[in-house]
Amino acid sequence: MIRRNALTGFAALVALLVLMPLIWMVSVSFMAPGEAAAFPPPLFPNHPTLDNYRTLFGSYGVGRYVVNSIIVSSLATLLALLFVVPAGFAFAKLRFKGRDAIFQILVAALVIPGQIGMLPLFLELKAMGLVNSYAGALVPWLAGIFGIFLVRQFCLSIPTELLEAARIDGASEGLILRRIVLPTLKPILITLALFVFLGSWNDFMWPLIVLADQNLYTLPVALAALSREHVQDNELMMAGSVITVVPVLILFLALQRHYLDGLLAGSVKG
Amino acid sequence: MSSSHLGAEARAGRAMVAPALTAILLFFALPALASLVLSFTDFDIYALANLNNLRFIGFDNYQRLVTNPLFWQAMGNTMWFVVFGVPLVVVLSLAAALLINARTLRWRAVWRVALFAPFVTTLVATAVVWNYLLHTRYGLINYGLGLVGVAPVDWLGNPSTALFAILIFVAWKSFGYNMIIFLAALQAVPRDLEDAARVDGANAWMRFRHVTLPAIAPTVLLVAILTVAGMFQLFAEPYVMTQGGPARSTVTVLYFMFEEGFKWWNLGSGSAVAFILFLCILAVTLVQLKVAKRVGAI
Repeated sequence: MIRRNALTGFAALVALLVLMPLIWMVSVSFMAPGEAAAFPPPLFPNHPTLDNYRTLFGSYGVGRYVVNSIIVSSLATLLALLFVVPAGFAFAKLRFKGRDAIFQILVAALVIPGQIGMLPLFLELKAMGLVNSYAGALVPWLAGIFGIFLVRQFCLSIPTELLEAARIDGASEGLILRRIVLPTLKPILITLALFVFLGSWNDFMWPLIVLADQNLYTLPVALAALSREHVQDNELMMAGSVITVVPVLILFLALQRHYLDGLLAGSVKG
Repeated sequence: MSSSHLGAEARAGRAMVAPALTAILLFFALPALASLVLSFTDFDIYALANLNNLRFIGFDNYQRLVTNPLFWQAMGNTMWFVVFGVPLVVVLSLAAALLINARTLRWRAVWRVALFAPFVTTLVATAVVWNYLLHTRYGLINYGLGLVGVAPVDWLGNPSTALFAILIFVAWKSFGYNMIIFLAALQAVPRDLEDAARVDGANAWMRFRHVTLPAIAPTVLLVAILTVAGMFQLFAEPYVMTQGGPARSTVTVLYFMFEEGFKWWNLGSGSAVAFILFLCILAVTLVQLKVAKRVGAI
């Protein structure tokens, strides 16, 4: 019993240590300007205030970046699902020439990091007139090989007889996908949507490259730019970090089972 | 089944993969291939203005890179992250997984989520947070070290500690992901095997060394491969925390590529950097697989 409590206490200590940066971020964001620059570093605000948040939304137009991030991440999620789900289903259940060969090439391509092609992709989008637009920021999420892999893996477990029965009744493949397959795919769709939403929300390098217009900045790009100008404004920057991090943390906590299951399906079988 | 039926199925299949394959071809495969082609040209700001200024220059970009000390510094820094960061992250995440997997632990699910949380946070935002945690005078880290008698360290301002400070942040941010993978592997290790070892009088370390570790060896390899790839792709960390400094001591290969491409608009030379990076990841992964086969881990 004592051993049990000691171990649990140790785990709690480790968890506290790991979460400390996030707890401290939230706490400092409610401090008055300059309050955190003291020794010893204060852990809690003397007089909690929302001033930093007011300044960010009022003087620095952070609302604009929040909206940009929501637009980019929502569209990325929607489009990724539209592109990836039919492909994953077809690779699992529909017979067509070259299917397995193409899929094998896709799996092999998973080892190629996306950054390899970033410079030419920039030139390509420039030629297409998509640099400096939401569309430019979205483009990499359409080419989600990992998502196809995940959906295919899940579709393989759908009994083929179920689909055959529907075909004999005259249902088209599109109808089968909508009426029979999609309902059974619900858990993996939530997982995939969560991955793409969090991934595009947190993404930094590509939006930094493709979005030059400040009005289009997503939160991470705006935050990086702000932090270079406001090195001394500790409290202000913590409020900016809270605005950026809290939405994804809440989404993750609400849907953690889907997230962790998907992570394992992707990495262990992959 | 009739052949027309099969024809309809094949048509539907092709139609369903077509959008995704087109996107992959246009926005992934084509740029990756173009990167190789571009690396043999002198694509720069003049070519950006007018393609007539573009010339094929063979291996010149590569030749110039291997004689550029700044490139080697970036390579050296990235290799430093691989050599020290991969073992650190593997050990940390395995230790965390062993703790969460301990039979006598209560509220396991709570600790699991707590330790995983840093992984889902926005990298740029938490890098900003760590900048202040690492502050020489007012940072919590130096304050904590001060309590045990360590003098303040200028973590990010000193070339000899900046890489290490960034690595601590990277480890904090990424260990939770590997912990989840290790946890799944640990849960698949048969309990009775460990129990038998316990009955035979093996202590905790011996049980770990001779029962658990061999059983999860393939997972250790998987985590190592994933972590190597991650360490090769560090970019936002130095961008936000140090801007590559001090004295370029934290410039990574990807950061170097970004500067070549989008600061100096040397897209040809930047593409050569990208391709070298890809070859490095591929080579290290293949070596790991080979070593793992030799020691019988897979």
